[in-house]
Amino acid sequence: MVYFLIFISAIFVNNIVLSQFLGICPFLGVSKKIDTALGMSAAVIFVLTLATVVTYLLQMLLVAWGLEFLQTILFILIIAALVQMIEIMLKKVSPALYQALGVFLPLITTNCCILGVAILVANGTEKLPMGAEHGMLTGTLFAFATALGFGLALVLFAGIREQLALAKVPKAMQGTPIALLTAGLLAMAFMGFSGVV
Amino acid sequence: MNNALKTFTNGLLKENPTFVLVLGMCPTLATTTSAINGMSMGLATLFVLVCSNVVISLLKNLIPDKVRIPAFIVVIATFVTMVQLVMQAYLPGIYDVLGLFIPLIVVNCIVLGRAEAFAAKNSVGLSALDGLGMGLGFTLALTVLGAIRELLGGGTIFGLNIFPDNYGALIFVLAPGAFIALAYLLAAVNKLQKK
Repeated sequence: MVYFLIFISAIFVNNIVLSQFLGICPFLGVSKKIDTALGMSAAVIFVLTLATVVTYLLQMLLVAWGLEFLQTILFILIIAALVQMIEIMLKKVSPALYQALGVFLPLITTNCCILGVAILVANGTEKLPMGAEHGMLTGTLFAFATALGFGLALVLFAGIREQLALAKVPKAMQGTPIALLTAGLLAMAFMGFSGVV
Repeated sequence: MNNALKTFTNGLLKENPTFVLVLGMCPTLATTTSAINGMSMGLATLFVLVCSNVVISLLKNLIPDKVRIPAFIVVIATFVTMVQLVMQAYLPGIYDVLGLFIPLIVVNCIVLGRAEAFAAKNSVGLSALDGLGMGLGFTLALTVLGAIRELLGGGTIFGLNIFPDNYGALIFVLAPGAFIALAYLLAAVNKLQKK
């Protein structure tokens, strides 16, 4: 039950984009078409879950050696290396998957939700529902659920923007302003979930 | 001299990172719940931006072209860690509020963007000025957005009471208000620029 609540909490109540403000750049950048939004979401789900596991283990080493101050530097390097490795491995193992995710992988290193979630989980400060204990399993589930939440927000937003492209928008509001306004309304809808878990 | 002035004002107005380039949206939206929070975040970014621009400009001939992005990230992450430790020690209150977004300066597109687009090609002095201009432009944007949200949400600016706080619309301090306030601010800037 607790594991189920982690999913509800991370996807709806504390949605990473719409209530935690992480990963806004890809949210605004690759949300013009549902297809690309789906590709980006899949890549984020893949990388975020893997990166969180790796950085969680690394954090245990850092704590054991008393080197916590190196967290930021090491985490970003590990994530960058991990993304590169995933790209190379995908190319060899599954060319079809590489075709689908390839373009999005390099963009992911600078996606702040990856580093953000990795730091949250490593420091044990992620928002878990009542009754869930911080640990490797809950941390990984949290990362996976967060990535799903990112995907949901991105795909919903892309769907709205596809429609929005046909709408008449005042000149000054065209482009980013109207996109942000739409995101604001979407965030308001997600606020309805607050207090559920 | 003219060139230096141009570099400095470029980031401040003509290529303001938030209003014109629309970069670094995560901290812009997340940390502007009040004017003072926005300004602190802006100043932390300003420090990292100036330092990383100077160091990268100094090292630009030593860093091989192929590994320049990882090298830039290491330089930036070093300064971010410094800011993080100093703030933790001397400004624990603000550090707690900004929290996660201090280490996330590393992945702020503005910092890496300026390193790649400007510091890697220009002299140390100009790079420092560029960092200063961009950083101040970012700080300005965050402070303005923070002030607007604080005023509409709670009736204060920098903690100074403007109107009674029970008239405030709490939504502007919450997540949706960040998106909506920034949307109208950008629209206003767009309108003014066209003229």
